[in-house]
Amino acid sequence: MLHIVNKSPFDTGSLASVLRVAKKDGGAVLLIEDGVYAAVKNGATEASLKSAGMPVYVLQPDADARGLQSRLMDGVNMVDYGGFVDLVAGHDNVQSWL
Amino acid sequence: MKFAIMVSEGPYTHQATDSAYQFAKAAIAKGHEVTRVFFYHDGVNNGTRLTVPPQDDRHIVNRWSEIAAQHNIDLVICIAAAQRRGLLDENEAKRQGKDADNIAPGFRISGLGQLVEAGIQSDRLVVFGD
Repeated sequence: MLHIVNKSPFDTGSLASVLRVAKKDGGAVLLIEDGVYAAVKNGATEASLKSAGMPVYVLQPDADARGLQSRLMDGVNMVDYGGFVDLVAGHDNVQSWL
Repeated sequence: MKFAIMVSEGPYTHQATDSAYQFAKAAIAKGHEVTRVFFYHDGVNNGTRLTVPPQDDRHIVNRWSEIAAQHNIDLVICIAAAQRRGLLDENEAKRQGKDADNIAPGFRISGLGQLVEAGIQSDRLVVFGD
């Protein structure tokens, strides 16, 4: 399953929920909109993303819009909207954690 | 692949509808089909033709109408959410005794069954909201 998180980890517990319940479902996390703040280097959620045990993707246009281009942690995969579409197509299910 | 999209947030309030539009555009560019966009809750406000944003801002409503016309996308507005928020098509305006309707070109008002159907008939349903 592809898990889409669109909120900052400082606003809601969506990302924490994903990491808690979805770790071993073989899926991936895609951070969009304010969700991209979770992937800031040396940020509060870097460690939990690193130990997520699932691939983490960041929507590049949303990271760029927030000035985070060079401030993201290592190990995340950047995608554009085309990559977003590929991720949705590549997973059997998509869950937006609103 | 067939994609359906649900938008549950209004225009100019949150990024959700912009994200949904960019996603739809990218899916079409990749050769996929976007069959239906279902507008639910405050998302119904994406479908009023009375929207007049400043000229240097994106026109979110027209943008939906245009992409729908170009790529044959069914834009469906949830009827219960629409009535609460003052969104009417010609029939509903008549039925409710209102003096005008305000639905934008390419949009239609229907029920939640259209969302269920979109989920069944599409390969993927992607939700954008707040």
